[in-house]
Amino acid sequence: MNWSFLQSLLSGVNKYSTAFGRVWLSIVFLFRVMVFVVAAEKVWGDEQKDFKCNTAQPGCHNVCYDHFFPVSHIRLWALQLIFVTCPSLLVVMHVAYREDRERKNRLKYGENCRRLYQNTGKKRGGLWWTYVLTLVFKIGVDATFVYLVYHIYEGYDFPSLIKCEQKPCPNKVDCFISRPTEKRIFTLFMVVTSLLCILLSVFEIVYLIGKRLRECLTAVHHSRKSVTHTMSSGSNLMEATAVKRGTTPETPAPSYMVAIS
Amino acid sequence: MSWPLLYAQLFAVNRHSTSLGKVWLSVLFIFRVMVLVVAAESVWGDEQSDFTCNTLQPGCENVCYDQFFPVSHIRLWCLQLVFVSTPTLLVAMHVAYRNHSDKKRLLQGSGRSGFLSNKSQEEELETLKTRRLPIAGALWWTYACSLVFRLLFEGGFMYALYVVYDGFQMPRLVQCDQWPCPNMVDCFISRPTEKTVFTVFMATASSICIVLNMAELAYLVAKAVTRGFRSQRKRTSCSRTSREKLQNKTNQKLLVLN
Repeated sequence: MNWSFLQSLLSGVNKYSTAFGRVWLSIVFLFRVMVFVVAAEKVWGDEQKDFKCNTAQPGCHNVCYDHFFPVSHIRLWALQLIFVTCPSLLVVMHVAYREDRERKNRLKYGENCRRLYQNTGKKRGGLWWTYVLTLVFKIGVDATFVYLVYHIYEGYDFPSLIKCEQKPCPNKVDCFISRPTEKRIFTLFMVVTSLLCILLSVFEIVYLIGKRLRECLTAVHHSRKSVTHTMSSGSNLMEATAVKRGTTPETPAPSYMVAIS
Repeated sequence: MSWPLLYAQLFAVNRHSTSLGKVWLSVLFIFRVMVLVVAAESVWGDEQSDFTCNTLQPGCENVCYDQFFPVSHIRLWCLQLVFVSTPTLLVAMHVAYRNHSDKKRLLQGSGRSGFLSNKSQEEELETLKTRRLPIAGALWWTYACSLVFRLLFEGGFMYALYVVYDGFQMPRLVQCDQWPCPNMVDCFISRPTEKTVFTVFMATASSICIVLNMAELAYLVAKAVTRGFRSQRKRTSCSRTSREKLQNKTNQKLLVLN
């Protein structure tokens, strides 16, 4: 059970995503999960073993490490990556639910019945809302973890030396973090890629909302056009019949479309 | 045998589960097994090597570690996840038994009739393999039993963890006076805060799974009850129509006689 399991679960999501969504998924798996697995884990691998304090007091080193690193960056990023990739599974589950409903409908009413959904994978109706909610959730998760790292470690900096006076340390003891510069670089890298993913999700939401608004406006425009077209065609028809009969109508009768609207 | 193989086994049964069952499987493998493998195992990786006691007495650290960690959290969680996944295999066995008996019946029936072609027989066998069995009758009881076992195992392991470690919090310092420690010795646990965070996380995920299982059990019971009412209504309406038909016949006979 590792990241390839998660990747195989999410491989089907691309079918239902927009272009932004596909780019987002590639960034997550290439720049975040891969870098996490092949590089970052090794940088933090010896974090407690090589955290050295200038004391021979047994237990001082354990306690100081626990005080300055309540939750390791690596574990926070692992949780962040798991939580940020899971909402996409909601979209897959929603599509599976739609397909199941369609199948049950076909079983109940026969093969030639009216379909419930024109295309189960198209983002219309409930699926559009599910997709947008998953984007909002992803933004929330990324932002929360970026803030958490900032809050717990008071910034993204790694000092080379920290001073500790937790019990049982006898006095203010100097403690040295292992590989602070490398850790700083990888922390900044992971924060920047998280922010980039947040930005992509925001663009995707704006794109989806814009597309929907445009479709609504075009639909309204088309329906107005068709109403005026039928009105004018109705009045033309009246004139033609009047000409045939040899009389001119004073006012054209309202067309059927106008009468029923 | 590894986690991916277990997932493959459980995924095969997923077809016959309810929607809540499918959600439960995702929660189990993504938020519990994956978190255990990619994060929690590395937190507990150095639990004995970095368990330090304020003494030079050889053997004191070993003995104190053994006293405070009779079974490591990681091993308890692995056992919990294995036990909680196994009742689903009961459902898998029942489905396999049903498919086997249906296949036998189909082959016997085609042998007796004689004129069933090979192609249609193969098609029937294929549908047998890929069909989704409704959760009714004996399968309902198997499924409900598997849910009850799941709930028992989840609750049991959570309680065991709570009792063995006196709660879900890991202290920084423990005091130990087991032999051969010369006196009451201070021992320091490695990464207590991180361990507490992950213990709480796993306990929360376990509680979510318990809630999902209870909701699934309630849904199954409700479905069985409504099915029972519907079949009872059908039976009474059927008996009513048969009585009406009989009455109509006697009326007609009387009319004819008159």
